[in-house]
Amino acid sequence: MLKLIFTRLNKKQYFAVVGMIVLIIMQVWLELTIPDYMSEITLLVQTPASSMSEILIVGAKMLACAVGSAIFAAITNFLSARVSTGFGKRVRHDIFEHVNNFSSAEISQFSTASLITRTTNDTFQIQNFVARGAMVFIKAPIMAIWAIIKISGKNYHWSIATVVAIIFICAVVASVTSYALPRLKKVQLQTDDVNRVTRENLTGLRVVRAYNAESHLEEKFAECNDKLTKTSIKVDKAMELIAPSMSIVMSSLTLAIYWIGAYVINKAHAINKLIVFSDMVTFSSYAVQIVMSFVMLVAVFIMMPRAAVSANRLNEVLYTKSSILSGEGVKVEPEQKGIVEFKNVYFQYNANDADEYVLEDISFKANKGDVVAFIGATGSGKSTLINLVPRFWDATKGEVLVDGHNVKDFTLKDLRKRIGYASQRAILFSGSVESNVSLGETEPNVDSIVQAINISQSADFVANMSGIQAPISQGGKNVSGGQKQRLSIARAIAKKPEILIFDDSFSALDYKTDKTLRAAINKELANTTVLLVAQRIGTIKDADLILVLEDGKVVGKGKHEELLKKCKVYKEIALSQLSEEELNENKK
Amino acid sequence: MKTKNNSFKSSMGKLFKSLKPYLPMLITALVLIIISTVCMLTGPNRLSEVTNVIQKGISINLTLSDEELTSLKNGNSVTSKQINADNLTAIIIFNYVKDVDNSTDGFVAEDVLNINIDAKITTPNEEKNVTVDFDLSMGDVLNAENGFFDITSFNGADLSALGGVGVSWANNQLSLWVNTKAEIDIVKIVRICVLLVVLYLISYATNYAENYIMAILNNKVSYDLRKRVIEKINKLPLSYFDKIQYGEVLSRMVNDVDTIGTTLNNSFTDLIAAGMQFIGSLIMMFATNWIMALAGVGATLIGFAFMFLIINKSQRYFVEQQRLLGLVNGEVEEAYSGQDVIKAYNAEAQTLKNFDKKNDKLYATSWRAQFYSGIMHPLMGFIGNLGYVVVCVVGALLVHFGKIHFSVIVAIMIYIRLFTQPLAQLGQAGAQLQTTAAASSRVFELLEADELTDESAITNQLANVKGNIEFKHVKFGYTPNKIIIKDFSVKVKAGQKVAIVGPTGAGKTTLVNLIMKFYDINDGDILIDDVSIKDLTRENIHQIFSMVLQDTWLFQGTVKENLRFNKTDVTDEQIIEACKASGVDHLIKTLPKGYDTVLDDNTNISAGQKQLLTIARAMVEDSPMLILDEATSSVDTRTELLIQKAMDKLTKNRTSFVIAHRLSTIKNADIILVMKDGDVVEIGNHKTLIKQNGLYAELYNSQFEN
Repeated sequence: MLKLIFTRLNKKQYFAVVGMIVLIIMQVWLELTIPDYMSEITLLVQTPASSMSEILIVGAKMLACAVGSAIFAAITNFLSARVSTGFGKRVRHDIFEHVNNFSSAEISQFSTASLITRTTNDTFQIQNFVARGAMVFIKAPIMAIWAIIKISGKNYHWSIATVVAIIFICAVVASVTSYALPRLKKVQLQTDDVNRVTRENLTGLRVVRAYNAESHLEEKFAECNDKLTKTSIKVDKAMELIAPSMSIVMSSLTLAIYWIGAYVINKAHAINKLIVFSDMVTFSSYAVQIVMSFVMLVAVFIMMPRAAVSANRLNEVLYTKSSILSGEGVKVEPEQKGIVEFKNVYFQYNANDADEYVLEDISFKANKGDVVAFIGATGSGKSTLINLVPRFWDATKGEVLVDGHNVKDFTLKDLRKRIGYASQRAILFSGSVESNVSLGETEPNVDSIVQAINISQSADFVANMSGIQAPISQGGKNVSGGQKQRLSIARAIAKKPEILIFDDSFSALDYKTDKTLRAAINKELANTTVLLVAQRIGTIKDADLILVLEDGKVVGKGKHEELLKKCKVYKEIALSQLSEEELNENKK
Repeated sequence: MKTKNNSFKSSMGKLFKSLKPYLPMLITALVLIIISTVCMLTGPNRLSEVTNVIQKGISINLTLSDEELTSLKNGNSVTSKQINADNLTAIIIFNYVKDVDNSTDGFVAEDVLNINIDAKITTPNEEKNVTVDFDLSMGDVLNAENGFFDITSFNGADLSALGGVGVSWANNQLSLWVNTKAEIDIVKIVRICVLLVVLYLISYATNYAENYIMAILNNKVSYDLRKRVIEKINKLPLSYFDKIQYGEVLSRMVNDVDTIGTTLNNSFTDLIAAGMQFIGSLIMMFATNWIMALAGVGATLIGFAFMFLIINKSQRYFVEQQRLLGLVNGEVEEAYSGQDVIKAYNAEAQTLKNFDKKNDKLYATSWRAQFYSGIMHPLMGFIGNLGYVVVCVVGALLVHFGKIHFSVIVAIMIYIRLFTQPLAQLGQAGAQLQTTAAASSRVFELLEADELTDESAITNQLANVKGNIEFKHVKFGYTPNKIIIKDFSVKVKAGQKVAIVGPTGAGKTTLVNLIMKFYDINDGDILIDDVSIKDLTRENIHQIFSMVLQDTWLFQGTVKENLRFNKTDVTDEQIIEACKASGVDHLIKTLPKGYDTVLDDNTNISAGQKQLLTIARAMVEDSPMLILDEATSSVDTRTELLIQKAMDKLTKNRTSFVIAHRLSTIKNADIILVMKDGDVVEIGNHKTLIKQNGLYAELYNSQFEN
């Protein structure tokens, strides 16, 4: 955790930390002087002989100390606030940037939801820890050491009492935390459960009601709620011991020092009694300071386990390297442009998984301007296959070539610049139609945006939305599913790529729109290579090459008519959508 | 609009109402706090008693003031004021016998002082006057260890009546110490100390007991609130969730309830204890001297004003911080879930820039919030000191003008310390209460939202359903000003398969929502077997229908649990039967543990396979009527064909509603409703509609045209 914190501070922040240390030393000094003035002023007021001016002077001195200490404390606090939140900002930035470079493998390893929690929630936890902990970590030892110096060598009886008090505090905290920590982790997990069941109820609201399963879920919830409450009570019962224990230790220590003091003074020689007495008063106030600094440290140590858990979660992310690394870069011959080739490609998600390949021995070649389509049952590997082209994943065996070069040899930036990609689930970002369609472009070209919107058949609804400046809300909630898909297609086209990839991007379009869109693409983008995953026979039957996939293997390869004749799987798919007569009729 | 203060009050009021069942616990806790605080507060007084007892056993001292010293050095006799101790009063006269060093700033070894002590010693039995007179060579004083010279054993002066006399010269001050002969009253000290130990132990025990009770109480309150939230979720109309994100509801259930729990515990205890101390010392101060009390309170009130200013200001930043945190969260969520797209478009830098913009804003607010909340503690410390000084000065003035005796100042000074001590605690508790109020207003806003219409009056129970359904001039909009379904009428006979087709946004799913009574219709009526759904409970209607939705919904649990759901009386055999019928049996068997495989985020099953499971679940439920809302949209067409066959078996003799995008799914429906913009534009079966050559024919033919 410390490494995470210290490596994320910049020079300015280190400077601020040094400043904090100096300020805190001064502040502690002033704070420890104030009691002296306080007793002086008390003495003066009690002595009838003292003059007003004396009282005013001492009062002014004390106030000056108080003001000074408050000002130092305020500046320290300012620095601490800046450092801790600045640190939080930096960590969020680093995590975000780091995750942005993750490949799909790392993202699915952590899960998106967990990465989000880590970026905001866990960072916030640590930031809070730094905010509250930093000052205490500097101040408590300074205060303790200072106080120890002031009372060192005074009287071993009292020192023993102080040490006993400190040991007692440590023992209480150690036993409470060792009892509470494992249960705290359990509380965290049980909170997750409560969260999960509530989430399930919320996301399945209509199903739950349709099945009259409200009470069923409430029972399930009650179970989680019970467990959480029980563990939480156990933890709290233990944790609540700490505060009263600290308070009794503080009062008992003073009492013990006075009690012991009475005997010591009694034994002392007549005149020494007074010295011993004043020593006792000083000792007790400094001893309380020492114990107080331990109590402060304890408070931080109680916060620490939670922060440590978060720090670990963040480190896990930061120490995970992307498995997809940028290549050296290649020079593409003009005549090779737009060619996509798979050579005996095998793929599995987990390379250590010896048995199951998701894709097996895939080979095909798409020439410039070709339309290559992939069809097959759910889970047959179509999306996985085309995801190998922009290197969301890397092939386990075999080669994927773009423009005549292995995709691993391109720099990631160069490779992806050549590819226009529309995902299965259309994704829009909050912003405007323009910012979505021109995603990644530093200087958006309005003409190509408008052209792309026209080709993707989005012109009508974009015009209805008040043009390309129309706002898009988070997740594209203000447009329908079909409109989202068309905008995500427009985005792929606006880039003017060599290769277009459509991952089942036409599924939410009605047949009519699907058809006009494909016609527009054929006409306007005749020189662009298109890789296309689809469910509908209608969408792909004009493709130059159709690959039929089943369980990760190619079971048919060719054009529509050929496949109808020779590929059983393809024919079954076709028949499930169209009747025999329609197919025949269509052939004519 | 409600003012901030009002909403604070109302949400705190509501929170306290929910504490009602725990009133006995709360009162016990309150009594315990009071005992604990009283014990704690008597502590300092008793401890000062110990100090007094020890002091009585030590000495009295007299230090000459600068003027007196100068006067002495100028050869004058100096008579001290009377010094008073518990059992001794004394007047001391100093005289110069021999002055070698004429300078005014010190003594040399050869100087000799004559000291005359005229003391009255009081013992329980007698009063005794003692006069001691002796010459003191300053050399002895200057050479003494520690600067103290013990005269007790000195040149024959009879000091035995006194405990001992000492003289010190340090820091240019001449002091005389008179030890009373009395020993420290150890018995009394032990008695007080034992009493204190007992008080501390009582305070400890009551404090822990109170904390213990509060820990249980706040956990129970959190438990209750969570329970109320989940029950509320199931009673709210679906339309409520159109306006609020699930994450928001979740956050209220988990984060806000959590906040209420923890702050309730801390702030309650602090507030009571600190408040008691605060009020107690205030009363004592005014009882002692109202002028000084006013001065002290005035000084601290300034502090209070500052504190509230800061709370107010920091609260604003905290609220803003929470909002910005939400924004950053949104940005992160968007970026992470759109990873592939961002990468494919090389938009990482652009995304990072957008993120940084929001991150910077968050930082700017965050450090301010942090600063304002952190400054509270030093500020309160300062105010404590300020109050102290003000009281001292005002007190000294009053003594000066002879208005009060200085013992009054001593008392007030103790009280002002007790008065300012809880300020910081009050400040913290106040800030926490603000958070509690903010959190509870979010929770109660949810808990008080309008529920679905009450149905307890409905006694109709529709059993043995035939399956005739009639829509009569149905009018509906999710919001009153945006009517989606204008005037919808259709009659469905028992056992018919009804397909609903049309472009997105035509109102297909809305129709289903209305049959299921998820939303109440604005006008018109829907009749099931000639009974209006208004006269049937939602529970009853839901019993009649099985429903499969486009959004597959599975919960974390085994396959079997997911399929059985709340039908606890279904046997395993029946489940397997349903799975075979829906063609999912084979898939389940390939899972690691078959029907006992736990489904969670890590289970590798596709959207299509999930849909198959939800279809199987509907088959397990086995209701007289069936609704399929895009139930097979993610299933490939061949598998769909298999399901279709199973479905046809299932829907035989059952009225069923099918919404589908793929027209192949619904070709054999008895009635096809073609919807557009909330209206039914065509009704018929496949053949008649194709003949009609309208919208349906157009949609259908577009899949073949070249």
